[in-house]
Amino acid sequence: MNSTSTQLAGIGVSPGIASGPVEWLAPPPVVPHDLAPAGDPEAEARIAGEAVAATADDLEARSSSLVGPSADVLAAQAMMARDPVLGDRIAELAGEGLAAAVAVAMAFDEFREQLAAAGGYMAERAADLADIRNRAVARLLGVPMPGVPDLDYPFVLLAGDLSPADTVNLDPAHVLAIVTEHGGPTSHTAIISKSLGLPAVVGCAGVRALATGTIVMVDGAEGVVIVDPAAALVNERLGRLAARRAALTGVSGPGRTSDGMPVQLLINLGRERDLGVVAAADAEGVGLYRTEFLFLERHDAPTVEEQRVAYSEVFHAFAGRKVVVRTLDAGADKPLRFVTQPDEPNPALGVRGLRTSRLFPDLLDGQLRAIARAASGSGTDVWVMAPMVSTAGEAAAFAAQAHSHGVPVAGAMIEVPAAALQASAVAAACDFLSLGTNDLAQYTFAADRMAGELADLLDPWQPALLELIRLTADAGRASGRPVGVCGEAASDPLLALVLVGFGVTSLSMATTSLPEVRLALSQHSLAECQALAAMALRAPDGKAGRETVRTASAKV
Amino acid sequence: MAQRNVVIGSSVGLHARPAALFVQAAARQPVKVRIAKAGSDPVDARSILSVLALDARNGEEVVLSAEGEGDEKALAELAELLQSDLDAQP
Repeated sequence: MNSTSTQLAGIGVSPGIASGPVEWLAPPPVVPHDLAPAGDPEAEARIAGEAVAATADDLEARSSSLVGPSADVLAAQAMMARDPVLGDRIAELAGEGLAAAVAVAMAFDEFREQLAAAGGYMAERAADLADIRNRAVARLLGVPMPGVPDLDYPFVLLAGDLSPADTVNLDPAHVLAIVTEHGGPTSHTAIISKSLGLPAVVGCAGVRALATGTIVMVDGAEGVVIVDPAAALVNERLGRLAARRAALTGVSGPGRTSDGMPVQLLINLGRERDLGVVAAADAEGVGLYRTEFLFLERHDAPTVEEQRVAYSEVFHAFAGRKVVVRTLDAGADKPLRFVTQPDEPNPALGVRGLRTSRLFPDLLDGQLRAIARAASGSGTDVWVMAPMVSTAGEAAAFAAQAHSHGVPVAGAMIEVPAAALQASAVAAACDFLSLGTNDLAQYTFAADRMAGELADLLDPWQPALLELIRLTADAGRASGRPVGVCGEAASDPLLALVLVGFGVTSLSMATTSLPEVRLALSQHSLAECQALAAMALRAPDGKAGRETVRTASAKV
Repeated sequence: MAQRNVVIGSSVGLHARPAALFVQAAARQPVKVRIAKAGSDPVDARSILSVLALDARNGEEVVLSAEGEGDEKALAELAELLQSDLDAQP
């Protein structure tokens, strides 16, 4: 380590090494309340209209240079910017003597409030509208465009935090790595950087002081940012990374420990842009097929036939492999218009997951029927599991219902500490268990998944969380039931060793995490994994546990 | 003045892609078309924001209206669009 360079600590959420100049995500422009118009009302109306039109042109140009959902989002935004009623309102406000930037901001805000009030899908469009407003206002005020800087050289993107809207036009060809000041392991930044394969560090408070253009090296595996790194250090780390990449391509096929103990490597699946690409991944199937997307943005439940078609497509793509379907997990951060109780004071502790079927039994019944129909004759090994199971009784009822529809393998997700504590009874009541470590951490530590300030409590290395995982894995082994992990924990190659050490039989993750996890397993025996698991469990906290295991597991 | 009542056929309602297609089609018409939900004021059919704010769902009825040369033809074309499940198309 070069002693003259500063090292900033954060949480590594997407592995890889990158080095380059930093650029900040530009904040939304602030419109001074008392901004005076520069010209007469006609002139202000004209330049306001021109700025909005130029913003629409820009969105259209960017849309036409892209394909797929990102292009559609931008095209839809351009259409909103060209809305004639909005245009009239801007002209009207400017005509009343407001400065162009104020008129634009006010008119957009009026429409935005209308949409935001409708909630759900409309509220998302309100966020789009805010984005367009900020672009048009930035143009009028002559300040940098909000969002990811549009530069013609590669850079390391710094931000307070990243929202989905910020990352729509994030071009992986120009962004070398992402570092955020806030955010935790399950933040949007973590998800997007992993899916783009960009190194990322979140919760790195030290970056606030970095000026644009400062050269840094980001190590997404270690969770550190090194300021002004020596060239020799960068070369050494890049060399190490290249050697690793070579090692990664050297192993393929089903997951195994170095002594041949099989560990199924599976992928997490949701609404896919290209099912063919995902299905081509070197995985033994799908460990978590999220079905919420079929239900979101709707006013009523999809029909059994609609669902059957969607599930068939996935089963077909994974024919000959295993697909674990998670039944509807609505509520809390995924509200549905037709099921979520609007007046729940504490939605994360409310009627969500499997509990939804207490109020809407038909929903689960229809979904299981659709899954059974799609599975029939598909040649796919279809399993179903229920989210947010709390008791053995719930698990038994769910399994019986699934079996009655002709789905032979039905399991319970272990996300609620009560279910983990009673894992033996829950395992006996159904066919398999699957640990959802993100929610299990949230409920075990009474810490909101989205609270960046509590990231250390949500760290999947926390010994209390590991203890619940161990209990669950033990119960699975004793009753001969498979126990999988489908939370973020499974995608951390070091933690994967610990999980296997506890007796977890399958790991489900994003496709980009598969090679690292497969390699880590291939380099360690089951006995070594068990020793690492014991170390992690004895650690005083998550950070210390990770460090101990990292040092103890280090190989070439 | 021409007027037509239409039931929204799109499974996602008059949102997202169906709303965009409808607004684009309205903008191509030679006459100004307005759209309303029962009990609400009619809004400009060329305004995506106004159309989205209607929040017209699958199975709900909307009223199209227009006045001028070609109004009947314009409404017929737009009504047909609203009745079909626009989201089912590729």
